[in-house]
Amino acid sequence: MTTETLLRGEGLGVTLRERQLLRQVDFKLKPRQILTVIGPNGAGKTTLVRLALGLLKPTAGRISRAPGLRIGYMPQRLSLPDSMPLPVGRFLTLGGGDHAAVLRNATETGITQLLDQPMQGLSGGETQRVLLARALMRDPHLLMLDEPVQGIDINGQGEFYRLIVRLRDERDCAVMMVSHDLHLVMAATDEVLCINQHVCCSGHPDMVTRHPAYLDLFGEIDAETLAVYTHHHDHRHDLDGHVVRPGGGNDDG
Amino acid sequence: MWYARAGEMMMDDFMLRALAAGLGLSLISGPLGVFVVWQRMAYFGDTLAHSALLGIALGLLFDLNLQLSVLLLAAFVAIALLVLQQRSHLASDTLLGLLAHGTLAIGLVAISFQDDVRIDLLAYLFGDILAVGTADVWWIWAGALSGLLLLALIWRPLLNLCVHADLAAVDGINPAAVKLIFMLLVALVIAAAMKIVGVLLITALLIIPAATAHRFSRGPEQMALIATLIGALAVAGGLFASLLLDTPAGPSIVATAALLFLLGQIRPAA
Repeated sequence: MTTETLLRGEGLGVTLRERQLLRQVDFKLKPRQILTVIGPNGAGKTTLVRLALGLLKPTAGRISRAPGLRIGYMPQRLSLPDSMPLPVGRFLTLGGGDHAAVLRNATETGITQLLDQPMQGLSGGETQRVLLARALMRDPHLLMLDEPVQGIDINGQGEFYRLIVRLRDERDCAVMMVSHDLHLVMAATDEVLCINQHVCCSGHPDMVTRHPAYLDLFGEIDAETLAVYTHHHDHRHDLDGHVVRPGGGNDDG
Repeated sequence: MWYARAGEMMMDDFMLRALAAGLGLSLISGPLGVFVVWQRMAYFGDTLAHSALLGIALGLLFDLNLQLSVLLLAAFVAIALLVLQQRSHLASDTLLGLLAHGTLAIGLVAISFQDDVRIDLLAYLFGDILAVGTADVWWIWAGALSGLLLLALIWRPLLNLCVHADLAAVDGINPAAVKLIFMLLVALVIAAAMKIVGVLLITALLIIPAATAHRFSRGPEQMALIATLIGALAVAGGLFASLLLDTPAGPSIVATAALLFLLGQIRPAA
């Protein structure tokens, strides 16, 4: 990809059945950049992912993709029918790709020993790795990861984050990732986008090593892969999600 | 001896025609049936089957080929379902119930108006292999083979859709188009199966062989192949039993399929 920006959203808004899910969201993703989207439940993180993937059309604003952009999408979860016999290796080829590609991506994500196993018998961590391998099958310019470490313990998370950084370095792909944790994000994150229907704040995370309390909690090894994101909000949200400015008064802007 | 009698009967033309038609049918009902099972669309199959009666009534009214009119009406119901699913907030099974019983009731009313035509309702409900002519056999094989070709073309997109609709869409698959083709294929099978197993039991021919194949399959393609073989076995065994015991053909075929399913549960899984 030679273009400057892979993906850009300008003034994005989504209103579904008179309910506003997102408004005035701007974001930009450059090649090799890692963007982490955080926010509370119902903040519209998955809506933003669906917009970026082109699965949903914005009702306001516009989204532009670099021409020929290939996105490798890793969904939050898979709800396979129990009645479908599907070995991991076959699952990987569903989006196209030959045996060599399967082997390469399975080796990279450490799932070669699972290739003959049925999909339904995988553990949470194994499933996440298989889904990541599936996203890699398209040789993507951009990896779109929707809560990739959910259901993985903190040690596994560190390992998973290291894997994503390695993939970014080896394959030169950008990463857009949704994270459920509001304060700890992947250390390699270039930019954090905190949304709650609109962009609450954005910025760069700090190394965990600068926050001794977190360091005690996780120890040196895992702290390397994690970073602390300090929010700098100039407002808060009431129970309905409306913006409340300090000093009183409600507004929706 | 009973086998001598059976051998004689096997030589009968109508038996050979029924067997040829049934085997042609299982060629498409097997691979399609596994998708019906995976997508939990048994009730959808039933709905199209229920609508077949209205197709028959309209076919008689406009003097059309009955299989063609059943196919057209089933296709119409499938499209109506897709439209309703997008426009209505009602659950899919409510919409299916509405379409299934609405078309069935209208079909029965329409048939009762046609005094001048004597229709053997039971033949349509449970199948009548005596009515399978040589032309039917050709039509069924032509339909089955072209259906199979179409299914092969949409095989991977359809499989992707069963696994994860969003993932499929990101890969560039048009979910609505693939789903529509799949529904039309089910409509095709129902039109083709009408004379052999009857509209009431068609869904069984889609789901029972697929359900039986599940335990013995390690991949989706293998399951489709095994379901086809089991379907063919059920057709042959059912027709044979029907002649031997003088029982209706459709129920005999489905009963054989159910028996094979039970036998499959006894044997250890692959």
